[in-house]
Amino acid sequence: MYRYSQFDDEFVRTRVAEFRGQVERRLDGSLSEDEFKPLRLKNGLYLQLHAYMLRVAIPYGTLNSRQMRQLAMIAERWDKGYGHFTTRQNIQFNWPKLRDVPDILDALADVSMHAIQTSGNCIRNVTADHFAGAACDEIEDPRPTAELLRQWSTDHPEFQYLPRKFKIAVTGSPNDRAVTRAHDIGLRMVRDDFGKPGFEVLIGGGLGRTPMIGMVARAFLPKDHLLPYIEAILRVYNLAGRRDNKHKARIKILVHETGRDIIRERIEAEFKRRLAVFPGIDPQLMEDIDASFRLPEFIDRPQDEHEGLLSSDPEYREWAEQNLTDHRQDGYRIVTVSLKAIGATPGDATSDQMRAIAAIAEKYAYDEIRVSHEQNIILPHVPLASMPGVYADLKAVGLAAANIGLISDIIACPGMDYCSLATARSIPVAQDIAREFNALELEKRIGHIKVKISGCINACGHHHVGHIGILGLDRAGVENYQITLGGDGTETAAIGRRAGPGFAADELLPALRRLIDRYLETRLDDRETFLACYRRLGEAPFLAALYPDNPRYAGEQL
Amino acid sequence: MPRKFTPKVITSNDLLEGDVIYLARDGEWVRDIRRAALYDDENEAISALACADSHRHRHVGAYLADAALNDEGLPDPVHFREVFRTRGPTNYFHGKQADS
Repeated sequence: MYRYSQFDDEFVRTRVAEFRGQVERRLDGSLSEDEFKPLRLKNGLYLQLHAYMLRVAIPYGTLNSRQMRQLAMIAERWDKGYGHFTTRQNIQFNWPKLRDVPDILDALADVSMHAIQTSGNCIRNVTADHFAGAACDEIEDPRPTAELLRQWSTDHPEFQYLPRKFKIAVTGSPNDRAVTRAHDIGLRMVRDDFGKPGFEVLIGGGLGRTPMIGMVARAFLPKDHLLPYIEAILRVYNLAGRRDNKHKARIKILVHETGRDIIRERIEAEFKRRLAVFPGIDPQLMEDIDASFRLPEFIDRPQDEHEGLLSSDPEYREWAEQNLTDHRQDGYRIVTVSLKAIGATPGDATSDQMRAIAAIAEKYAYDEIRVSHEQNIILPHVPLASMPGVYADLKAVGLAAANIGLISDIIACPGMDYCSLATARSIPVAQDIAREFNALELEKRIGHIKVKISGCINACGHHHVGHIGILGLDRAGVENYQITLGGDGTETAAIGRRAGPGFAADELLPALRRLIDRYLETRLDDRETFLACYRRLGEAPFLAALYPDNPRYAGEQL
Repeated sequence: MPRKFTPKVITSNDLLEGDVIYLARDGEWVRDIRRAALYDDENEAISALACADSHRHRHVGAYLADAALNDEGLPDPVHFREVFRTRGPTNYFHGKQADS
């Protein structure tokens, strides 16, 4: 993986020292909160409902064991012994004290990490396919591109005060695991007519209060043109994006209000100007970046023990069927470690669990760890020969839940248990759904389904792209949950449709039961997923199941 | 018709720890809502908030929150958000519920 150069290290250390001074000045009263707030946000420090929250960047979700151990140490020493992995492949600490934050940032700098640009109206942590480098369907590893964008965007003087935050995602595969269509810029690697890799560039996607699927700005962009083209997009947005209303300030609104063709023309015109003065990427720099993402040397080793366990241990088999994904290399698999044990908080890992993952990665898996936007941990390169050991070590720390892609593998934002913006809780809803369908032993029967929960319209829980999306709202002082159906965050992206009136907290689970029962009754066979069934039948039968007593929907039987 | 004023407490977050705090009658910031001053009069509440805003070195983001007297004659939160702020998160036994 990419290692900090001396320049990177000095830059991060200088920022920590600067922030240490800012905290001191806040504490001695020489800075007011109005002055301090933008400074702390620039360093990822929020004030939430019960405490401060520190959001640490994990560039494109990639970590090594040393970094993971340091996160475990930070959680134990300065927090409450756990961390929360987020939908932007970051980690959040929920209980740091203001006075300790400069020390935490120093501890992060010790392992080439920081919290810069995890907040504010700047280019945020660039996310990427969590299977990068390991996926069978990959054209090229997207991480060198993500790293280039990270270096280019970090402290970029022109783009520190954009109209609003700006999120970029990259995937190297046709199967989109990085939700590129719901980003300000989504980059999907494609090949041109001569087989040369480049990018399809999507702009103006996003969730939040105005969910939109990104439009294609360029069907094919040569890789060499990436930086000037991205700069052109950012320049057009920086100049023309609205600053009068923060709810209308994202690039998606600019695209929508200006018109796709006009925006495209403006970007192309700016791109021409940028390209004319663009000296090209320093080949040595790009070579160094590429070199840091070279794949490990894969070795063919006997898999007898794995094969044996598949037939002798049903729990192992279930885990292997559910949590392993094919690898580009024979004899290897991608392991998805579920952070969604039944009843657990989605995305949370204790310090002990983080250390166990670090040890497993080091011992069996080439020291590579990823965080997925679905709030799970990925071990991208695991030989089948080592799989029994990996499973045993995961199981020992409660990380062997065999539920990837099932109804209990839920994305949930922190919601009103932590977040000061939330209008309702998300975590207990996720816990209840997981417990309910697990107790009914329906999970495997239901099969592949994406349930995503947000505790407010800002949609950190990606509910708009959940096959079933749940949005928590405050209705006259009571928590109320709105359901959306048919969302999709992949290459066939779609924004879910709001079903109808929301449900009180105690009505939500029975409603979901009816919805799932309807799916099980009406699917063609057990290979037809919830989403496929919904797309085939349309919403009417599902609305009838959700609102059996509401004459507006109940008549719509099959 | 302007809405009738409902009783309020003044609440904020502690500068150092971020913990939820309330303004007590004697002008101290306290961690327990039951010790908070309850304002029945709108003008009094607004001027107390303005005064609270002046000690900004101590806390962050003071505001007025609805509260009502309970059976013991002490303030209780009204809205569920404020109820959570008096306890902590529901997924772990952390925050005020664990500290008290």
